[in-house]
Amino acid sequence: MEVSEKTMIYDSAKRGSSALEELRGIFQYRDLIYQLVRRDIVTRYKRSVLGIAWTMLQPLGMMIVMTVVFSSLFQTVEGYPSYLLSGLIAWTFFAQTTTAAIHQIVWGGTLLHRIYLPRTSFAVSAIGTGVINLMFSLVPLIAIMLITGRPIQWSIIFVPIAMLLLAAFALGVGLILSTLAIYFPDVTEMYQIILVAWMYLTPIIYPEEILPEAYRFWVTNLNPMYHLIQIFRIPLYGGILPSWTEVAIASVIAVATLIIGWLFFSKKADEFTYQA
Amino acid sequence: MQLNDNTETVIRLENVSVRYRLPEERIGTLKEYAIRVLQKRVRYNSFWALHEIAINIKKGEIFGFIGRNGAGKSTLLKVISRVLVPTEGRVWIKGQVSPLLELGAGFHPELTGRENVFLNGTLLGHSRREIEDHLEEITDFAELGAFIDAPLRTFSSGMVARLGFAVATTWKPEILILDEVLSVGDEAFQLKCKNRMQGFRTEQVTSLLVTHSMQTVEALCTRVAWIDHGIIKATGTPDEVIKAYRQG
Repeated sequence: MEVSEKTMIYDSAKRGSSALEELRGIFQYRDLIYQLVRRDIVTRYKRSVLGIAWTMLQPLGMMIVMTVVFSSLFQTVEGYPSYLLSGLIAWTFFAQTTTAAIHQIVWGGTLLHRIYLPRTSFAVSAIGTGVINLMFSLVPLIAIMLITGRPIQWSIIFVPIAMLLLAAFALGVGLILSTLAIYFPDVTEMYQIILVAWMYLTPIIYPEEILPEAYRFWVTNLNPMYHLIQIFRIPLYGGILPSWTEVAIASVIAVATLIIGWLFFSKKADEFTYQA
Repeated sequence: MQLNDNTETVIRLENVSVRYRLPEERIGTLKEYAIRVLQKRVRYNSFWALHEIAINIKKGEIFGFIGRNGAGKSTLLKVISRVLVPTEGRVWIKGQVSPLLELGAGFHPELTGRENVFLNGTLLGHSRREIEDHLEEITDFAELGAFIDAPLRTFSSGMVARLGFAVATTWKPEILILDEVLSVGDEAFQLKCKNRMQGFRTEQVTSLLVTHSMQTVEALCTRVAWIDHGIIKATGTPDEVIKAYRQG
């Protein structure tokens, strides 16, 4: 915000749509978003010996354990380590960023009582941090694909689009959850339980074919994360571009969730500071 | 300082009211809330933290708010600094409001002094470029020396306070809000703060001040409002209002 150039006028009686005001605020405070993301990345690794390598080692470790446990069970899945890891890092991104969005608004709550900030900054920066971490975790995935002899196809160029849609969906969910968390602190714990159940209901560690015919339709088609993981996994593990239908479904889910989350959060945001 | 009527108004409050709604019994969890709603047992007590406040503040004024704890002074500052949207009434502000509340809120102990300057500066709405341009001035004022690249957790509390104050006041604010903050640090630092505040005063920076020290009010303020139970009991010169407050 330039202090000297143009005098700002704030008029509580003439405020436009709160959702648009938040959007403008995020643009004005874009340097703050950058600083918050930087803080989260830097402080996480500053005092650890391995530093940023943790982001890559953590999914790798999970993958190795799960491969040892499950690969004989899921022998039908060709290149199981890559199948598993591609789904796992997309899921981890979603679970971590939505949880981080809740923690950030709780932390930021005290600041919001003191100074004006676009209140969506906290959720947006949580997603930003997640995207950086997700990019790092692509490194072990590609390494595993090369080691296990799965060819990397040019379809990998679709991955940024899949990441963008995943991020939009996570931001929408994160905004809804952080609004609830302002009013009810137990939302955080409840959400952790939901996340575990949700993960097992999503074909991440198992192939979708093992789902009983009777439930398969429900577990896949009605599960938003199924579609978002698909468009991330197909170009990497599958080596082909996802179909137009798959992309369309995932885009509608992501964009609609983001819009709903943004509107809901902005509508309630003025009340946040009324909460003791 | 003489005020003439030609000076432009920078803060206008018209019938500003803030109502807090507190549930009769504290409901801390979503589960509990859901049960209560089903049983139709959610009742609220509402209370007016501010009631029909009307004030005009002009450019360059140093306006003080006095009153007992819980009278609504801090709520009023929150309304002016855009943190709280009034339940009723209208707040009109011309210019950027810089609240100088609790120095160093938003600092992170693991980040270096430099990194914290950027974090804190952007929290206050400055761009990265603006901060880069003023980095030297900030570190000089805070007297950090070689500590600029050390993590904040290694700083003394005085250094943290100095850094917080330096970031908050390096840019000349248009409207400055002070909520009982100038009582930290050693004497040398206090003097530095006072000098800087004095500078703002001569530069016609509008300032709002909440304090319990009548001495400060008398020494600094051009006008004072006494707030009690969310309403304005009196406004006027420091002498008049302090007298009324002491009698009331």
